[in-house]
Amino acid sequence: MHEWALAEGVVAAVSRIAEEQGLKRVTEVTVRIGELQQVDREILIFALDQLRPPIMRDAKIIVEEVPARLRCRVCGHSWRFDPKGLEEEVSEAIHFIPEVAHAYLRCPSCGSPDFEVIEGRGIWLASVKGLRGDG
Amino acid sequence: MADPRLEVIDRRLSTIDRIIAICSGKGGVGKSVVASMLSLLLARRGLRVGLLDLDFTCPATHLILGIGDLMPREERGIIPPEVHGLEYMSLIYYTGEKPTPLRGSDVSNAIIELLSITRWGRLSHLIVDMPPGLGDATLDLLRLIPEMEFLIVTTPSRIAFQTVKRLIGLLKRLNRVILGVLENMARESSELVRGEVEAMGLNYLGSIPFDPGLEKALGDAEALLQTDFAASLNSAVLSLLPD
Repeated sequence: MHEWALAEGVVAAVSRIAEEQGLKRVTEVTVRIGELQQVDREILIFALDQLRPPIMRDAKIIVEEVPARLRCRVCGHSWRFDPKGLEEEVSEAIHFIPEVAHAYLRCPSCGSPDFEVIEGRGIWLASVKGLRGDG
Repeated sequence: MADPRLEVIDRRLSTIDRIIAICSGKGGVGKSVVASMLSLLLARRGLRVGLLDLDFTCPATHLILGIGDLMPREERGIIPPEVHGLEYMSLIYYTGEKPTPLRGSDVSNAIIELLSITRWGRLSHLIVDMPPGLGDATLDLLRLIPEMEFLIVTTPSRIAFQTVKRLIGLLKRLNRVILGVLENMARESSELVRGEVEAMGLNYLGSIPFDPGLEKALGDAEALLQTDFAASLNSAVLSLLPD
């Protein structure tokens, strides 16, 4: 499962931040997943739970889904990415490397492949909350 | 707050002894053929070798090697399939032959994604086919893989070599390891490139004559290894390869 690789990154980032901030205990971790990458939320949460290090033992894990919005660089049209109707192979390709969307998607207004992902691309660690000292 | 992908790149590359970027100042100098052939030559010496094609907009190593319809396996990331004894990774698995126009930020994102999810095996060498020039991919790899070594390909053309000198200037300023400069597609004997490379205090790895038989061998790994190009490359990079 590809989600495991992403979860591994999240856990590594949380551990580093906790150490840098002198946290004894992490109480809450918020992860944002962009719709473009179509990360399986349940698998990601399961993987995060399985991989959680001792410092994250009791941490609440929040996963927020962010809609993917694309904007054409040629005509300025913006639209929401809709995975429905994509062939399974295409959907899977975008899941692994979201940038390959440029091989398959076109601006619905002018047909250009020159678009940008304004938001909702992939996975992001949004916040880490925790307690310093013995708290 | 943090991009979790950046946290695991070191770990993903920790199973690899040496990472060698095959790069050039401009396109069309034979960089992808050198990367593919070098990978095959190393693998034929019994070494565990990987080849990573990062020339996203103009990938060619899959055509040079003839990879067939293999796909990576998904297992807590993606595991590159084995192609002619190489662990081979390319964006081509996910784009096919469709044109994939990418802006700089997209190139950066795709590189970070590939490096963070690809699970290489235990490798002595990972050969990286770089896009030409000093663009985003080169800058990203300088940032993400500081231990990367550089093998620079040029042709005897003064134009190609002039662009290579810019690349060398950047790498030297950043104190990166330059294994040497390889002169490809030589049609006649010339000391221009050798002289300038040695004057810069770098290894001149040798000159590979233009091989008219190479085109016919493309897509066939066994035929590639029988070419004059393979023999010349083998001699040129001998000093870089383990016994």
